[in-house]
Amino acid sequence: MACISPDGKPTESGTKMLRALKSGLGSPEEVAGDTGLPLFRVRSGLRELAQAGLAIEKDGKHELTETGAKLIG
Amino acid sequence: MEEVKEQIGHMPRIGEPAAPFEAVTTHGVLKLEDFKGSWLILFSHPADFTPVCTTEFIAFTEIYPELQKRGVELLGLSVDSVSSHIAWVRNCEEKTGVKIPFPIIADLNKEVAAAYGMIHPGQSKTETVRCVFIIDPNQKIRTILYYPLTTGRNMDEILRIIDALQTTDKNGVATPANWRPGDKVVVPPPNTQEMAEERLKQGYECTDWYLCKKKL
Repeated sequence: MACISPDGKPTESGTKMLRALKSGLGSPEEVAGDTGLPLFRVRSGLRELAQAGLAIEKDGKHELTETGAKLIG
Repeated sequence: MEEVKEQIGHMPRIGEPAAPFEAVTTHGVLKLEDFKGSWLILFSHPADFTPVCTTEFIAFTEIYPELQKRGVELLGLSVDSVSSHIAWVRNCEEKTGVKIPFPIIADLNKEVAAAYGMIHPGQSKTETVRCVFIIDPNQKIRTILYYPLTTGRNMDEILRIIDALQTTDKNGVATPANWRPGDKVVVPPPNTQEMAEERLKQGYECTDWYLCKKKL
């Protein structure tokens, strides 16, 4: 997992994406623009965050789950 | 014989949709569709920790900023494990100071290699040869290059192909032999006699009706 470490904590890039979601950005393009990460990494990362239950996708936009929001503080 | 056929896999062709994949890489699990909207150079190398491949990875890293300016991403592949890739990338940085910035697929089960015809048993039954697939933003294969195990790739040519493809897409033209950005381009040949006659009056630099060039 590129965004979630084996101990379940988000990596640096995972944390950047979670922060972008917290600030209200939701599309992969918006998150890529905010974090400076390549779009392909963001698409893959958001998929991982969703699989880990930290984010959820609705109509092409992502938002934090309650667990994700707690984790990012 | 069947085993060899299975290893060779499908031989992709220019103009076909690129085969979808989901693969473990040094940057996490990536799907082909993650690159939609960008140009992608998918390239294979025979093995990590080998001399020619190391020079190629350094050379790909050197042209990566130029590729990014053109909206192109890089994705490497070999049949080594992700741990081997990580160790090699770290070794490259330690020994040469070059940090490999792009992901590398760990294609241990050779699924992607088979889908893209990267294993040529006449060269090696176990390693991928040096393939380059240039895939456009619509995920169609636009160029295929194959190099033998012993010949490192030419980065100038890869950049030149990207420039040529993007120029032809943007302007509806073709590019002549040894074309470089800024050179004259070839106007597509006319399809009818009437168009051929008109062509000669349009102010292009024409050798004859079928070979006309213009400056962009």
